[in-house]
Amino acid sequence: MNAIYRSRKRVNVVLLTISGLAVVFGLFWLAWILGTLFYEGGHALARATLYYQMTPPPGADGGLANAIVGSALLVTVGTLLGTPIGILAGTWLAEYGKRGWLAGATRFLNDVLLSAPSIVIGLFVYSVYVAQVRHFSGWAGAIALALIVIPVVVRTTDDMLKLVPNSLREAAAALGCPAWKMIVFVTYRAARTGILTGVLLAVARISGETAPLLFTALNNQFWSLNLNAPMSNLPTVIFQFAMSPYQDWHRLAWGGAALVTLAVLLLNIVARSLFRRTD
Amino acid sequence: METSRLLRTTVRPAAGPALQDLRPKLQVRGLNFFYGAYQALRNITLDIPERKVTAFIGPSGCGKSTLLRTFNRMYSLYPEQRAEGEVIIDGENLLERGRDVALIRAKIGMVFQKPTPFPMSIYENIAFGVRLYERLSKRAMDERVELALTRAGLWQEVRNKLHQSGNSLSGGQQQRLCIARGIAIQPEVLLLDEPCSALDPISTARIEELIHELKSDYTVVIVTHNMQQAARVSDFTAYMYLGELIEYGATDSIFIKPSRKETEDYITGRFG
Repeated sequence: MNAIYRSRKRVNVVLLTISGLAVVFGLFWLAWILGTLFYEGGHALARATLYYQMTPPPGADGGLANAIVGSALLVTVGTLLGTPIGILAGTWLAEYGKRGWLAGATRFLNDVLLSAPSIVIGLFVYSVYVAQVRHFSGWAGAIALALIVIPVVVRTTDDMLKLVPNSLREAAAALGCPAWKMIVFVTYRAARTGILTGVLLAVARISGETAPLLFTALNNQFWSLNLNAPMSNLPTVIFQFAMSPYQDWHRLAWGGAALVTLAVLLLNIVARSLFRRTD
Repeated sequence: METSRLLRTTVRPAAGPALQDLRPKLQVRGLNFFYGAYQALRNITLDIPERKVTAFIGPSGCGKSTLLRTFNRMYSLYPEQRAEGEVIIDGENLLERGRDVALIRAKIGMVFQKPTPFPMSIYENIAFGVRLYERLSKRAMDERVELALTRAGLWQEVRNKLHQSGNSLSGGQQQRLCIARGIAIQPEVLLLDEPCSALDPISTARIEELIHELKSDYTVVIVTHNMQQAARVSDFTAYMYLGELIEYGATDSIFIKPSRKETEDYITGRFG
């Protein structure tokens, strides 16, 4: 055998082994986290009271109903506020701004926002909204979450639209199609999967955010659907209960954590199977 | 003679009328084209006759595609590209500022080198363009789609799967779908930018037949790398080199008896 060929084989074996180990290393922690989560949270998830009772005072039995509904509401409103803005901004970047200076500056600032610590966003909403109206509220929480959604959606929309080949835009233009129709009916369709993935990523991201909610939605022991009042939500409940010395609260915190993780997992699976069918 | 080799592959009917006797559909006058600072076309002047097939040939980078793309203002999508001079259709200069490019493009259709089906069903691929300028009943639209697909020689192959994705077709079928899409909006001129370069010989032959048929209704302009193709499908041929129009005339005379030495060198394969 040729010496060059032999050494190439050796390098291949070494690198393949290292790659394999890296995969095992990554999956090991993931499996550990998920394993612990569902081991500890499993009991809590299995108890029906989790889903219809309110968060209890220490020492009493209870559930997370108010936190589950509060979280769902905050995430939904936050996504509904942030997604249109994000998609429109991303569309402008990819289809109109392109490589101009304004687009460049916007992309840079968007990246800064994307990597901004979420507690900063919470403090920002606290100072411009909560401190002005003088009370914590669901709206404030939803706005903080929307501010996290926007840069994620802007970035993915921009990237995904840029992946649509220009030949498709030219083909639409060649039929006498105005730019906005070309974007709505051709490039959005071509980039649909990617854009929706971006939105789902953003939903997954805000589902677990705690810091921005601490300063905005705060928490609420009671059932409340009023977005103008403090609102219960899973991440802050998990934070509060996990830090407490009470066994019951610990159990509920595990349950809440498992619930959030399951919801995000489910969302991803549903989205993926949905996309596979349409493509 | 090397030209005799080409002659054998060029079965053509007797020579038609001369260029100057035909009604021009497009009149190009003193056209210069720039990609930023680079000048890609130099002072091009020619007439494209109505309801004939005109071919642009020349080596890569000679500007033949660029010339084609000025006819439907495709370059306007790119701010760094600009054209000077005139391209006149029905007495109006296409290149004038303030012209509605969408209306120009509805009148002058284009098919590209690579098939570009839209991410929608076969039916919708065609209906999409039609709906931009016409409001048809479901029935009239069905007829229009069928007519376009029939003319493009695709109807028999897709009639039972009109609602499948356009991307599910083979490359040759996709290209015929794009041609169907182009003729469904009933343009007056059809621009073909190397429409067969990504296709196998059988699909190519089909599209060439189609071009022959389209001639009765449309003014066709085709850019091609393949000289035999130009000889087979076109009535008139323009040879371009380095952004200039070297020779333009009836395809027969260009291929059999070119008047310029450069043209002959290119056609006989001594160059290019």
